[in-house]
Amino acid sequence: MPNDKITGHYSQAYDAELQQVVERLLEMGTLVQQQLADALQAFINGDLSLAQQVVETDRTVNRFEVDIDEQCLEILVRRQPAANDLRLILAVLKSINDVERIGDHAENIAQHLLDATQSDRPQSAQLDDIQQMGQRVSVMLQQALESFEKMDAAAALAVLHQDKAIDSDYDRILRHNLTYMLEDTRQISSGLQITWVARALERIGDHARNICQYSIFMAKGQNVTHLSDEELQQVVDKQRS
Amino acid sequence: MNISNQTVPLQQTGLNAADVMMSNPVTGNATRVKMTARDVKVFYGQNEALHGISMDVVENEVISFIGPSGCGKSTFLRCLNRMNDTIDSCRVTGRIEMDNLDIYDPTLDVVQLRAQIGMVFQKPNPFPKSIYENIAYGPKLHGLAERKADLDDVVESSLRRAGLWNEVKDRLHQPGTGLSGGQQQRLCIARTIAVSPEIILMDEPCSALDPIATSIIEELIDELKQNFTIVIVTHNMQQAARVSDRTAFFHLGDLIEIGPTNELFTNPKNKRTEDYITGRYG
Repeated sequence: MPNDKITGHYSQAYDAELQQVVERLLEMGTLVQQQLADALQAFINGDLSLAQQVVETDRTVNRFEVDIDEQCLEILVRRQPAANDLRLILAVLKSINDVERIGDHAENIAQHLLDATQSDRPQSAQLDDIQQMGQRVSVMLQQALESFEKMDAAAALAVLHQDKAIDSDYDRILRHNLTYMLEDTRQISSGLQITWVARALERIGDHARNICQYSIFMAKGQNVTHLSDEELQQVVDKQRS
Repeated sequence: MNISNQTVPLQQTGLNAADVMMSNPVTGNATRVKMTARDVKVFYGQNEALHGISMDVVENEVISFIGPSGCGKSTFLRCLNRMNDTIDSCRVTGRIEMDNLDIYDPTLDVVQLRAQIGMVFQKPNPFPKSIYENIAYGPKLHGLAERKADLDDVVESSLRRAGLWNEVKDRLHQPGTGLSGGQQQRLCIARTIAVSPEIILMDEPCSALDPIATSIIEELIDELKQNFTIVIVTHNMQQAARVSDRTAFFHLGDLIEIGPTNELFTNPKNKRTEDYITGRYG
């Protein structure tokens, strides 16, 4: 569907090109969301065939990254975008990098299952922890991509704050795991698996947070990396003259 | 009235233009305001072409004026050295000062003013004389050099500063009109700087030149700003982005936005500026 914020250029072909890179990014995002959902499902259910599928999907994700990168490069060379158009292209270029990394983390989750032996299966309480954290990360990723599509800085900021809950989940899972591993050394192998998967989910939360920062940059024209919560709010509240 | 955030309202400071120090909007260093314009309106007969422009031009900066055709950018540029005086139906109100001097003071010698505020036009317009004579004419007229040796020095140094000396030193007495378009434009720049101006106004100086000649002029602008203040009107937004420290966007006779070039081209504050520079104007 055409983005109503990318319209009105003298050259409709140019608007179409800009819209297309956003659509392709969202397509890539949808693929990675599915990859993450499948990776979590495979890990929790011990589904080796689904895990294999997740690993193979990564090649498609990588192709998306290269294709969108080339499309952006072509727009930069041929159209020399300025102002919000330039920010859009820069934000897409940065976002595809993060989305691709999310795909890598999903692949890692699946790979941990493929590398483990049957005796290494974590306990159901541990898997519940991962499922809960995975659900939170999936929602955050979905909403981060939506805020990007809408170029909505306020929505992006709200999503960005969700990363704190994900970091808390990660800390909690690490603590639980440590207890399991100290109580029973046979659980070290499965405990490490849980730690790595939780770590991958925590990193996915960070990448979703980055996407939110690019959305704010796109909408407000200010690089908000490394800003405090208060400063972020000020940027988002700033109205154009 | 549109006054940029960077302007220093003289009437509030109680200072004269020559005394005002402002923070350079690009570098942050203290810089002297070279020219000030306050509430400048231009009328062609009954038609008001400029609706009260106020801005400052900082010493040794390159400032670009951009905007669609008919927005008033060239009209305003021509106000800065009273070129509009040559148009009978044109009337200018408001105040323009250069170094504490009202340039519309009726007692002012306009010829002298235009030596201080030189101008380079869209189309290279060398005199139908030799390269040497093109440069020597101004200094002779203004009595800046009378002896042949002094004139030779002025001609050589002006051509060197315009980056043309090596290309023409062996044919100084051949017609200036025999040079290529880019060389002719540099000859015109050399002719302008031969009378030691303080400000150079450029009205689309590269629009008739090919990309290589354009690059040479742009490089020259970068060098000239060490010694001169440069105000340039251009339709080429990439050129404005490349050469200028600050950019001003005009639309329908108003100054819509003025600010550091990198900010104006990445994050303009005004929607109309954004629409224009992204090609969504209208």
